[in-house]
Amino acid sequence: MDFILERYNYWAIIGLMMIGLYITFQSGNLIKRLTGLSIFQTSVFLFYITLGKVTGGSAPILFGRDLKPHGGEAPTDVVAGAGAAHDAAGDVAGAVYGPVNGLYETYSNPLPHVLILTAIVVGVATLALGLSLIVRIREAYGTIEADEVAAIDLDTAIAEAADREQTEAAA
Amino acid sequence: MIDTIGNMAPAWLQAHAAALLVAVPLICAAINTFLNSGRLSWLVVMAVAAFSFVCSLVLLWQVQDGEVVRYALGGFAPPHGIEFRIDSLNAMFLLLVTGFGLVAAVCSWPTIKAEINPAKHSLFYSAYLVCLTGLAGVAITNDAFNLFVFLEISSIATYVLVAIGARRDRRALPAAFNYLIMGTIGATFFVIGVGFLYAATGTLNMSDMARLIPQSESPRAVQAGLSFIVVGLGLKLAMWPLHSWLPNAYAYAPSFVTIFLSATATKVALYAVIRFLTYVFPQEEAEAMLFAYVFAPLGIAAMVVCSFQAVFQTDVRRTLAYSSVAQVGYMLLGLSLATQTGIAASLLFLFNHALMKGALFMALAGVVLHFQGTQMRDMAGLGRQAPWTMTAFAIAALSLIGVPLTAGFQSKFALLSAVLEHGWPWAAFIIVATSLLAVIYMGRIVEAAFFRAPVNPDKVHKEAPLALLAPLWLLAIANIWIGVDASVPIGLAQAAAEAAIGSGAPAMMGGR
Repeated sequence: MDFILERYNYWAIIGLMMIGLYITFQSGNLIKRLTGLSIFQTSVFLFYITLGKVTGGSAPILFGRDLKPHGGEAPTDVVAGAGAAHDAAGDVAGAVYGPVNGLYETYSNPLPHVLILTAIVVGVATLALGLSLIVRIREAYGTIEADEVAAIDLDTAIAEAADREQTEAAA
Repeated sequence: MIDTIGNMAPAWLQAHAAALLVAVPLICAAINTFLNSGRLSWLVVMAVAAFSFVCSLVLLWQVQDGEVVRYALGGFAPPHGIEFRIDSLNAMFLLLVTGFGLVAAVCSWPTIKAEINPAKHSLFYSAYLVCLTGLAGVAITNDAFNLFVFLEISSIATYVLVAIGARRDRRALPAAFNYLIMGTIGATFFVIGVGFLYAATGTLNMSDMARLIPQSESPRAVQAGLSFIVVGLGLKLAMWPLHSWLPNAYAYAPSFVTIFLSATATKVALYAVIRFLTYVFPQEEAEAMLFAYVFAPLGIAAMVVCSFQAVFQTDVRRTLAYSSVAQVGYMLLGLSLATQTGIAASLLFLFNHALMKGALFMALAGVVLHFQGTQMRDMAGLGRQAPWTMTAFAIAALSLIGVPLTAGFQSKFALLSAVLEHGWPWAAFIIVATSLLAVIYMGRIVEAAFFRAPVNPDKVHKEAPLALLAPLWLLAIANIWIGVDASVPIGLAQAAAEAAIGSGAPAMMGGR
């Protein structure tokens, strides 16, 4: 039971993933399909974020209290600490302790956040393109239901075939 | 010949060919959007494609002795920064993508002028350059997440390119939408897989992953990642049950887009599969099972089912699209042997298939220029009215069937010997049987073109323009030339297969 409860974040992600995929495949409405796709993608973003999360960790930025009280110059050991953190960032365990002025600051692994920032951009581009395709489909077919689009295509194909036969018979 | 090109290349090109190959098309895509004249953008695209082709030749020259070119982008050292890594396998795919990008770019202008709204020519060419960037990027990068980004760059551009076919036939729109849904699901699956691998190893660099996966404490996560990656890439490469987006996308896209995609898009996804399975993942029990029990049955199912489906299509482009899925099946079968000969045969098949499918779709592009449709009945009598176009079509069709003295024979022969060597005579039987199906579906088209009177004699069909005919015949002659002397592509495929298998963990490869 603990095993399940401990990993509540993963269960939430799996739930979202399934909901997204189900909507994408089940729905006949193109907008709803795209919504499902977005939910599915978002669940993957959350998956990455949850991988990089360290309990009690904060964002990987230097706080004011880490700097020397006088002057704006960053002490050299902060820079060194940041470098060390950079090297360790590869560890998925995520907990990265950089010696900052003798203090140990816990922060979450920043790399998944960066990756997901990229993935979000890709997702937005896909979504925008999908929506504009739906606009074009609505203009061309007058509907955004997948079934109706397929039915219209079938009708046109049958009509075209009949048309061709007529013209060819005439010729 | 390649030595002269390599030696002639200036030092800056030799040092930075890897980065320029990807960066130049991307930058020129942005510049291209500001050009007002379609003809001018055509010239820009040809220049860019030629430059990329030269870059990939230089890279091929640099890796020809089994060496590996590594290029750290922005000077960030590899495990953390993004790295391009080129061995013979990458070089072969780069050559395929950029070479085909160049040939397709040359023949693009007449078909685009006829099929696409003049105001959109420059934008169309920009989308094409972005697509080229993405495909080349997938084939060159050594960073798993970067591979996803390039995959999506090329895919999003591809959805746009397919949808532009709506001017000729509105069915391109639902086709592009379906492709978008399926393609995005595939890419997202790939990202989930990469996430699992990152969780297990803590790195995104593929060489680093290959090193760390055997030491991983959570083999379950690695296996989950492997299956997500295979399914995701399977969607992109139109592995049999996941191919439903392909026939419509190929049939309704503008002719030029179909020419380019049929030769490159699915092939690059296949590259990613080969790279992950032979290089990143250790060759252990799970992967061996995957090769033998997933790729072989799915490949064979594709060969049989889609060859049958191809026989019953009334639209020639759909026939060829289904045949493409079937051909992917042959490549997967070669891959499923998991031996060096098998992978080499698969790669040779892939290379030759690009040549013949490119030629077939190019000939059809010529047909589309004069008839709006590509129905089977439109083909009747074309052999008399456009002998040059249709003869090239017939050569490529013979090559697709696998008639001796064509490229198709060489690739099928290599595949047959690999399969027999592996002790799978039943698979050899299926290869021959499905080739007979290819005789039926290609034979129908050729027969209609050469031996039937035109259905509607009032419609006069003219020869394709020279810009289309020249690359078409280049491909047709390449098909015959490789049929007679296949040493060049076989050499490429052998070196690539060696790079694929030799650089990974060589332990398990062998009689499995």
